[in-house]
Amino acid sequence: MVESAVENVDVRPVNKKENRALFERREKIQPKKARGDFRRLKWIIMAVTLTIYYVTPWIRWDRGEGAPDQAVLVDFARERFYFFLIELWPQEVYYITGLLIIAAVSLFLVTALFGRAWCGYSCPQTVWTDLFIFVERLIEGDRNARLKLDKAPMSMSKLTKRVTKHAIWLLIGVLTGGAWVFYFADAPTLLVDLFTLEAAVIAYASVATLTATTYVFGGLMREQVCTYMCPWPRIQGAMVGDESLTVTYHGARGEPRGPHKKGQSWENRGHCIDCNQCVAVCPMGIDIRDGLQMECITCALCIDACNDVMDKIDLPRGLISYDTYAGQFDGNPEKKLKVRLIRPRTIAYGAILAFVGAIMLFTLLNRSILDVNVIRDRNPLFVTLSDGSIRNGYTVKILNKLHEVRKYHVEVTGSAGLQSWFQKEGPKDHTMIVTVPGDSVSSVKLFVSIPAANLKSKSTDLDVTVVDRETGETDTQNTSFKGPEK
Amino acid sequence: MSDNIEKDEFSGTQTTGHEWDGIKELDTPMPRWWLWTMYATIIWSIGYWVVMPAWPLVTDYTKGMFGYSSRGVLEQELAAAVDAHSVDRAALVTMELSNVKSDPQTYQFALSGGKSAFAVNCSQCHGSGAQGAAGFPNLNDDDWLWGGSVDQIYETIKYGIRSDHEDTRVGDMPAFLDDELLEKDQINDVADYVLSLSQSGQSAEAVARGKEVYMENCASCHGENAKGLREFGAPNLTDAIWFYGGDKATIVRTISKGRANVMPAWEGRLDDVTIRQMTLFVHSLGGGE
Repeated sequence: MVESAVENVDVRPVNKKENRALFERREKIQPKKARGDFRRLKWIIMAVTLTIYYVTPWIRWDRGEGAPDQAVLVDFARERFYFFLIELWPQEVYYITGLLIIAAVSLFLVTALFGRAWCGYSCPQTVWTDLFIFVERLIEGDRNARLKLDKAPMSMSKLTKRVTKHAIWLLIGVLTGGAWVFYFADAPTLLVDLFTLEAAVIAYASVATLTATTYVFGGLMREQVCTYMCPWPRIQGAMVGDESLTVTYHGARGEPRGPHKKGQSWENRGHCIDCNQCVAVCPMGIDIRDGLQMECITCALCIDACNDVMDKIDLPRGLISYDTYAGQFDGNPEKKLKVRLIRPRTIAYGAILAFVGAIMLFTLLNRSILDVNVIRDRNPLFVTLSDGSIRNGYTVKILNKLHEVRKYHVEVTGSAGLQSWFQKEGPKDHTMIVTVPGDSVSSVKLFVSIPAANLKSKSTDLDVTVVDRETGETDTQNTSFKGPEK
Repeated sequence: MSDNIEKDEFSGTQTTGHEWDGIKELDTPMPRWWLWTMYATIIWSIGYWVVMPAWPLVTDYTKGMFGYSSRGVLEQELAAAVDAHSVDRAALVTMELSNVKSDPQTYQFALSGGKSAFAVNCSQCHGSGAQGAAGFPNLNDDDWLWGGSVDQIYETIKYGIRSDHEDTRVGDMPAFLDDELLEKDQINDVADYVLSLSQSGQSAEAVARGKEVYMENCASCHGENAKGLREFGAPNLTDAIWFYGGDKATIVRTISKGRANVMPAWEGRLDDVTIRQMTLFVHSLGGGE
């Protein structure tokens, strides 16, 4: 037994390159609990992200009569998307495109700056796996106890622990799926409906699907999701540059590694005492001392573990630390971490973000609350009336995006002798006023007739002008009037 | 099969005895999962034969335990679809047709149903846009042979024109030449007169002679002012719309041979709800009175 302040752990990195066969059963990884700054940061981020996820659908937002009072709501039934102040119609889904661009470029930017920070801290897979491991540790104990339990024959106590663990995992899964569906319907109503078995089938199906995926991904598959299923690690690999921060083992300082006895000299040897704590805490089953690897999610738990060890043996912290690729060959333990945040790459990402953000903000602020579509009848193209004039039919759709009733005056211009009327209430309604209820579309049939003698060619340009009677907001749509060959 | 079992020297697996150009085929067993899947499908198919209609017999087929049939399901779904509109259907039947417009829900139900019923039953003659053709009236315009109010349209659809229904209306355009009622010259003259009512370019003498012929033979149905009479379905001859065509040759033919197109009666073929739906749809096309 080596006399040392730190106990040497017997652990083998599951995902070491040499260990890999092409097809192999998964070897279970039992990560040891880490303590330190990064572990604390991860707890905080877990708490914040989970809170946002579970609480958001319960935030109320008063939109007045007839509109849902849920702050964030994807309302498929009424074809609206509500996000606090913003309210989107189906034809405005392009905002989603903007959001996706922003999300992607943000990920690029964060990756260029801090490496795979998304993977290590805020990815749902990481957060829920962390939560599941926390539950596992609470019930079955830390790494050693779990390894022992895995080897132990089935007994009452083992069965109890296993059943409890899986039951809590499933419960978390149900809560996860449960929270998801609240984004798509009024949360308090849906909660009651779910329990009274009156909710829609799709709601139960969603809960069931998300329960299953949460349980399987967070409890059973864990790191395999990141390694084999997720495309982000591969994409992010292209975003990481020489100057991106990433979890780094400083080989120049650590090597040659070997066990160290208390009081022994540190001359002619590295600072790594080969205690394998970094491997034991790794949820991805790698040895960070092999260098940057595809599996590494940069969760920095190995940094915590190593710093802990360095403290015990009175060596400076940071044998494993966040550093850039450029900095990792510098063996000086005293050196200050140098990071250049402003680089051509980050400037480019930042500029794209600002550009897309500005476009979105601009269109959002200048969003029209009146939208008009004029659709000409094509069958028949035109109708000859008994007095010889030609008539065309149009469908005029007026969108009122406000929540109050609005009245619009409709006028058609473009030809001498033109007559226009709605066929809505009676046979001929020349008043040409359309009333559109709040937050909806009104569609009216519009007829236009022009004496045949006034038609210069078989197609005549017409303008349909819709004016809000109160605010004066105007929308003019150009359309054509078809007649017989001249 | 050959009796001597041969083993491949590299893999140790038995061969099938087949050999091509020195390459022997290994007798590798099917993957276990594959076999189990196949056995499961066999078992499944036996259960399926028992439960579902499956085997054709000479004049019939095995019905299965549940008596399932896709036709039965279709009938149920159709009945359910009709049932789903029971309120609208009841409203449409009880309401005065001319009042339906003031009830948006029922009106919308009528227009949607009428549109599809029109496409199935009427578009063959009147065209998919109800634009008509020579001999088949355009239903979009404002010229109505038998009247364009909802009630008149309803009557026309229900009983037809010159149909086999006992309440049908008949208005005959006689064949003035074939039945030797008029001479060829007279027909020529009267055609000129009729054309002169809506366009110029005819010889004044022919028009004057034609007018005399018209007053004696045609005014009784088409009216002295030639504006038509709906009691007989007699068209207005002064407007811009021609039922069979407005050129002189067609008019001469119409007067010589007569016209008697048939609009079928839909009572008995379609239920009253559908006829009412079609009525309101046709009325909404833009020419309804």
